[in-house]
Amino acid sequence: MIQNILQYLHSNVTPGEDGNLFWVVVYVLLVFAGISVGVIFMNWFERKIMAHMQVRLGPMRVGPHGLLQPIADALKLIIKEDLMPANADKIVFWFAPVCVVMTAFCGFIVVPFGPTHAITDMNIGVLFMLGVSSLGVLGVIMAGWASNSHYPLMGSLRSGAQMVSYEIAMSMTVVSAVMMTSMATGTGTLSMIGIVQAQLQQRTWFAFSFFPVGLTALGVFSIAMVAETNRAPFDLPEAESELVAGFLTEYSGFRWSLFFLAEYASMIAVSSIATTLWLGGWLRPFPNLLGGKNWDIAFSLVPGLTFLAIAALCLFYFTRMPRIRAMRAESTGLAAFGGVLGVIGLIMMLPTVRVRIQDIYWFTLKTGFFMYLYIWYRTTFPRYRFDQLMKIGWKVLLPISIGVVVMTALIGVRHELLALVWK
Amino acid sequence: MSEKQFYDSPLEEVEPGHTFLDSNELVLNMGPQHPSTHGVLRVILKLDGEKVNGIECVIGYLHRGIEKVAEHRTWAQFAPFVDRLDYTAAVSNSLGYCLAVEKLLSVEVPKRAQYLRVILTELCRLASHQVWLGTHVLDIGAVTPLFYTFRDREDILNVFEKYCGARLTTHAFRIGGCRYDAYAGFYEEVLHICDDLGPKIDEYRDLITGNRIWMQRTKNVGCISAEDCIAYGITGPVLRGSGVDWDLRKKQPYSSYEDFDFEVPLGTAGDTFDRYVVRVEEMRQSIRIIRQATEGLMEGPIIAKVPKVIRPPVGEIYSSIEAPKGELGFFLVSDGGPMPYRLRVRPPSFINLQALEKMATGSLVADVVAIIGTLDIVLGEVDR
Repeated sequence: MIQNILQYLHSNVTPGEDGNLFWVVVYVLLVFAGISVGVIFMNWFERKIMAHMQVRLGPMRVGPHGLLQPIADALKLIIKEDLMPANADKIVFWFAPVCVVMTAFCGFIVVPFGPTHAITDMNIGVLFMLGVSSLGVLGVIMAGWASNSHYPLMGSLRSGAQMVSYEIAMSMTVVSAVMMTSMATGTGTLSMIGIVQAQLQQRTWFAFSFFPVGLTALGVFSIAMVAETNRAPFDLPEAESELVAGFLTEYSGFRWSLFFLAEYASMIAVSSIATTLWLGGWLRPFPNLLGGKNWDIAFSLVPGLTFLAIAALCLFYFTRMPRIRAMRAESTGLAAFGGVLGVIGLIMMLPTVRVRIQDIYWFTLKTGFFMYLYIWYRTTFPRYRFDQLMKIGWKVLLPISIGVVVMTALIGVRHELLALVWK
Repeated sequence: MSEKQFYDSPLEEVEPGHTFLDSNELVLNMGPQHPSTHGVLRVILKLDGEKVNGIECVIGYLHRGIEKVAEHRTWAQFAPFVDRLDYTAAVSNSLGYCLAVEKLLSVEVPKRAQYLRVILTELCRLASHQVWLGTHVLDIGAVTPLFYTFRDREDILNVFEKYCGARLTTHAFRIGGCRYDAYAGFYEEVLHICDDLGPKIDEYRDLITGNRIWMQRTKNVGCISAEDCIAYGITGPVLRGSGVDWDLRKKQPYSSYEDFDFEVPLGTAGDTFDRYVVRVEEMRQSIRIIRQATEGLMEGPIIAKVPKVIRPPVGEIYSSIEAPKGELGFFLVSDGGPMPYRLRVRPPSFINLQALEKMATGSLVADVVAIIGTLDIVLGEVDR
């Protein structure tokens, strides 16, 4: 056990590569728990952001500023009666949410939260991620078919067509990013960690290399990933105003919450692909430009300081809360929340912790940016119609993404040729 | 209705070109409980994948027999019932009914009451259009404008509440005029709404009109030609969206509408987008009318002399107004007694809804939802 921990602390590779089974299990649990907590937090975050964009307050009752609302919701969903339609295909109906959740979480095996913070590093990481995430559509189709009802059937048909058509544009842009990895070293890599390290070596995020090719690729990917995860404005499979709840119509309670979990988990998954491929993954801002020991220390303090700032905000609002009996639970909760965050912030300031934690922080921040975009889209855009959705996928995004691949190749070759000439 | 019966329904004879008995056909019952049928409308869709091959509306789930109720109430007692027809535009219904009875009685409503009626009715048109805008855009998938429109509708409802004590089913007017005079601060509040709402309509426009997705979803969707509109008897913004210049406020002015300077916005293509533009522009024109009426409001009595028990002379009358959704007509038959012998409502929603089949056949499922939204139906009025 102790040996295990020591081995981990001195290791420079992921536990999977290290063959360290104990830490693999720990990481699996950590990632699963972390993503679940992330989903819960996203739920709260989304409701709050949407509410504030829509001139309302959002959840305010359960916990300070409704912080415990998602937990209350989850609890309610779990204790809800387990309904299954009489004519449903029982086994498939049961298996569909399991399939969706499994595929949504499987992708996280290769997501690098830091140079050593991944369950494992595969040499086909990106490919594995895309493959696994595209399997999720099977669960959706199963759900629609097994429900034995019209709305779910139509929803799942839409979902199937949609995910298949956007998969292609998405993969094409990924190819472009993978091609960029070969620039400095001469050999490209599909490994998620390798891609981030290539960005470090090339001293640029792939979003900005081969300008504007990288940026276009990121743009196409970030549109396709919204469609891939069935979110607004491409949320046709669960279009509320048309198909009631799409493939989720017959699901309720715990099964429904599994779909919900899977939806948000796959949102996080594709966002982390985008982060890894184009926004430098776990790299802190300007690792080369603002290099050196002092800058390293300064940037590594940021995560702890963020936590301390949120804690200070909580405590500040705690002091401003009215001292009345009805608010006692609320204010105590807010103070306790602030206190816990403060302690976490202090722990994150410790030198041994902060060097290992800061990668995760920057990664989460960049992924959070995409998650925010999801919410922003949802409040802003009307929904596409099915034929328009297909048209965008096949006639707009696919040609652009093929163009991106071609351009990447041409510019890459040009760079190589110039390098040869200079020699 | 069983599936067999449905396949044998006359729809097939109407549209002989369609192969309804294709193995791919899916019969989808949209409603009566459905998020975007605006109440308890049931729409039976015959689908070929996403394409709508046939469509049939089933109505009557909200039938309360209001017209029959009228035969057992005195003329004055029935007045609150009309608020329950189009409950998003209760004041307009009230005006329509009162005008009809006044026409039957040959009563001249005092000028001040007429102006007050215009102010409140136009406010009500604004409120109704805001409900339409919010829900229509919600049907097409944009969630946010709903909250904006309902936020702004709140100001108007507050005026109603202060004026007559109710927000939704107002019973604002009485036969012969108005029951209540403008309360203290009425002018300021109404003018404040006029000043406030213009920029807010700009806000809706910024959020919706230029949005590419919105344009793709509404342009060339649910097209109906002017001839078809007239043939179906469609009125209101749907008719004007097809380019027919027909607004009862201009063509048959009632309640002093001839005093006010306003324009009738017209569309050209007769698609969902044009109807949207027409309605939004109508909101701006309503603001113009309200401003003129509030500034021109004169002193004087607010109700004409009407007997306590109204016994109109024997006869029948048809009187109609331009409600937010179209021509709202009341056909009254009096036998000289204290109660109507027969009362018939000509509801705009009911007649506009007929066009759904024409507009939506051949389109996609998502368009059906958009078309129901653009027809701006209220089931209380459709079923009565």
